[in-house]
Amino acid sequence: MLKYILHRIALLIPTLVGITICAFAFVRLLPGDPILAMAGEHGVAPARYEELKEQFGYNLPIWQQYARYVGEVATGDFGVSISSKRPVMEEFKILFPATMELSFFAMIFAMVLGIPAGIFAAVKRGSWFDQSLMGTALVGYSMPIFWWGLLLIIFFSGYLGWTPVSGRIGLQFFFKPITGFMTIDTLLYGKWDAFRSALSHLVLPAIVLGTIPLAVIARQTRSAMLEVLGEDYVRTARAKGLSPSRVVGLHALRNALIPVVTTIGLQIGTLLAGAILTETIFAWPGIGKWMVDSIFKRDYVVVQSGLLLIALIVMAVNLIVDVLYAVINPRIRAA
Amino acid sequence: MSQSTEVTALAAGNPDRLTGFRTFWHYFSVNRGAVIGLFVFILLVLAALFAPLLAPYAPDIQDKTAFLRPPAWQAGGSAQYLLGTDPVGRDILSRLLYGARFSLLIGAVVVTLALTGGITLGLLAGYFRGWVDVAIMRLMDLILAFPSLLLALVLVTILGPGLFNAMLAIALVLQPHFARLVRAAVMAEKSREYVVAAKVAGAGHIRLMLRTILPNCLGPLIVQGTLSFSNAILEAAALGFLGLGAQPPTPEWGTMLASAREFILRAWWVVTFPGLAILITVLAINLIGDGLRDALDPKLRRS
Repeated sequence: MLKYILHRIALLIPTLVGITICAFAFVRLLPGDPILAMAGEHGVAPARYEELKEQFGYNLPIWQQYARYVGEVATGDFGVSISSKRPVMEEFKILFPATMELSFFAMIFAMVLGIPAGIFAAVKRGSWFDQSLMGTALVGYSMPIFWWGLLLIIFFSGYLGWTPVSGRIGLQFFFKPITGFMTIDTLLYGKWDAFRSALSHLVLPAIVLGTIPLAVIARQTRSAMLEVLGEDYVRTARAKGLSPSRVVGLHALRNALIPVVTTIGLQIGTLLAGAILTETIFAWPGIGKWMVDSIFKRDYVVVQSGLLLIALIVMAVNLIVDVLYAVINPRIRAA
Repeated sequence: MSQSTEVTALAAGNPDRLTGFRTFWHYFSVNRGAVIGLFVFILLVLAALFAPLLAPYAPDIQDKTAFLRPPAWQAGGSAQYLLGTDPVGRDILSRLLYGARFSLLIGAVVVTLALTGGITLGLLAGYFRGWVDVAIMRLMDLILAFPSLLLALVLVTILGPGLFNAMLAIALVLQPHFARLVRAAVMAEKSREYVVAAKVAGAGHIRLMLRTILPNCLGPLIVQGTLSFSNAILEAAALGFLGLGAQPPTPEWGTMLASAREFILRAWWVVTFPGLAILITVLAINLIGDGLRDALDPKLRRS
């Protein structure tokens, strides 16, 4: 097992190098002078310009600049935001839990609805339930989620007045984060009204972000289940006289879930891309909104580091999914 | 009839072509959703082509007496503006009709670019293997390591906002899927006897790649192309919505949504219709894609 994990990590090294080259190249590919670009709209005095050039090492040969950049990143130094003047890593640590919380609940929403729906559709293959579910799943899969979010706001926040329009929690609540998950922190502090506020802010964004994963998971569960239900061991289980619920729930489901786990893992990229849109619509203070805002503020230090950090997260999650897949499916390990 | 001979027949202009198409249509039309999708798609193409004839107004004409006029069936609306007007008094229906041109253009351009790039790279990688393969595929892995919308955002930041740059960025992001597909198909086909026969007969590298092997990989490419078409429309609309795609006053659907955002609680129609147009278009294309997969992929074909 350890050998397998080490092998997977070794395969990631070229991608890792590539990601750092991309982030390194980003600032240098921007039109115009990189220092002027990083300085933003205000510009810099000529003396300060030379100083900055020295400081960022732009007078060095390009490979030395790259080595220097990798050295900085490896020691956790991601630079200082131009607009907020705070270290990028510090901002990231505050904003990332917000995206995590949103993605986590979006995924829970997608799994809790998607897996049972997929199983049921497969068991009742060809029924009206199956057909309308697969139709709905295709609509969800085709959904422009930025529009879907606006529609939900119109209906639930505007028309019914049930949920707030934006943010993570009511402005009247303020406390020091413990886990960074608002729903957990409010409970740890024992503040029920704050918890309710956090939850009501979370519902709509989580539904919006979970919509495409929900459609994908429902479709994937159904097809995996259909495949497994045709296998010999399922027929044997049926022939032994086991109850249908036991056959489906135990024999078939355990095997059908293997590809579904992979699908769920692969949704991380979709989730982070979706978070860019969802967080922008709901003014959710996470890394997606941070990236978009930074692009508009021309805070390219943040964009550069955000790009790198997000790619690293996706890579790490994919690695974990690969390993998990090997744990639950021994056939992979042997190869 | 197997799929590979069917596609060869299509490519070679064989007299057998019609039966090939009939087989295809037989399997495609079994899928009711796919036929509906195709029908909607044809309507969209017609709407895009004849937008100047169909649209009651020019897309950028402002009526200063009719800001945020509701749709005809709602109180305060009139038949003059069927789907209402936007915050600066432009007819939403007309803008949607012209917008269909942009969405279909985006889909067509992006898929063409991504296909060309992906086929070239995939053929090279799968045919020559060795370091060419390693270099190309590591590059593709790298592109896939980033969430697609994020990479497109960053590319547009480098290239500058605008519809054309958005299309370039999206094509680059979607292209690895084609490269991987072609590479896998080429590797599977390369050692087949018909390829060896062509090689022995003296066919050069280029001929082997383009005329002998490529036509046999067309099925999955068409399916992937369809899915990328709808993906491209979604991503371009998302970029437009974020303000980095087509720029106002272009009647691109995503851009229309962006400028309607602040009015969502006052005028539901300025937000609802452009998004609905995106959804219907993407859904129609995805339905066609499902049907094509049933018809072109012999492994999934219902016997």
